[in-house]
Amino acid sequence: MPGKKTLSDGSKIISGTNAREVLSGDAGVLELEKGLKIIPGANTIIASLDKLVNWGRQSSLWPVTFGLACCAIEMMATGASHYDLDRLGVIFRGSPRQADFVIVAGTVTKKMAPIVRRVYDQMPEPRYVISMGSCACSGGIFNTYSTVQGVDSFLPVDVYIPGCPPRPEALIEGIIKLQEKIKKEQMRWSPFR
Amino acid sequence: MEPLQIAEKISQAFPGEVLETSSFRDQVSVHLKKDRLYDICLMLRQDPELDFDYLVDVCGVDYMGKKTPRFEAVYHLYSITHRHFIRLRVQVPEEDAAVRSVVPVWQGANWHERECFDMLGIRFDGHPDLRRVLLPEDWEGHPLRKDYPVEGFKGEEDWPGYTEVVELSRKLKEFEWGN
Ligand code: SF4
Repeated sequence: MPGKKTLSDGSKIISGTNAREVLSGDAGVLELEKGLKIIPGANTIIASLDKLVNWGRQSSLWPVTFGLACCAIEMMATGASHYDLDRLGVIFRGSPRQADFVIVAGTVTKKMAPIVRRVYDQMPEPRYVISMGSCACSGGIFNTYSTVQGVDSFLPVDVYIPGCPPRPEALIEGIIKLQEKIKKEQMRWSPFR
Repeated sequence: MEPLQIAEKISQAFPGEVLETSSFRDQVSVHLKKDRLYDICLMLRQDPELDFDYLVDVCGVDYMGKKTPRFEAVYHLYSITHRHFIRLRVQVPEEDAAVRSVVPVWQGANWHERECFDMLGIRFDGHPDLRRVLLPEDWEGHPLRKDYPVEGFKGEEDWPGYTEVVELSRKLKEFEWGN
């Protein structure tokens, strides 16, 4: 049985854990972090629905891959065993129907733009967009007649990852940034929004 | 056969068709008039001594402001049996930018010629299906021409397929979360 230390507001810290005992009694309520309480005896977690939904969403993000140029190689390398996106719960899904976000990796040409948009439109809500690489962010070095100067001209981009190409660490950082963004969302589950 | 001998052979078989023969680092180019290109190619393909059975590449060059005639269609040929190379450079004037297609001689010329037509606007008469390969089919202009700006014609109407997408995304914006 871990020892307890009483704080000035009356709650107790259980040593060896981050948990604080808020109410004592038969079923002591422990607060693991702000807005997340647990009753160990009753196997119960108390949290806002926002928190639960966002936790579920951010822990299992499935991207539909849209590799268009050299950046796609880097994306594949990130998914492979060395950098291993699976440990973040990110599993590449080859279909937009079951995907949560799209990684636009590479140079988007004007001829390709309607196809990228269609894949995005086929994704179910909630959906997010990561634009990977200078080309997808801004057109990069290709200021030409055939290249789209940034996918944000026809897609709502959530996270931009610069670099030519971005290293796998940068892509992982981008995905973590997206997770942080999802964590902060409120009421996105509600039909009334 | 040595490449220079091949060039000699072509100019003997078709007198008046070869304008000049140039050589750079053992790569021999034969500059040709465009009228009898098909016959020359047929000869190169069928002569057992030459036997050019592999068409490596067909491409085009725009020499705008550098020389006339403005265009050149370039054919790289290789013989797998005899292991020799030759390059044909065919003069194509701007007013009548067309050469005879060599698809009946080498099937592989099909997409090469389509690409050359797509990017430079050189037509290939007798081609079975001369459409664009790289750009959308309703694209205007031929981007590898020197009078086509690299950034495209700024301020002018974009390719309609792309403007449609931008328009659509503007319309769908109100359904996005957070708006
Ligand atoms: S940003 Fe660089 S690496 Fe990525 S698609 Fe463009 S050119 Fe290739």
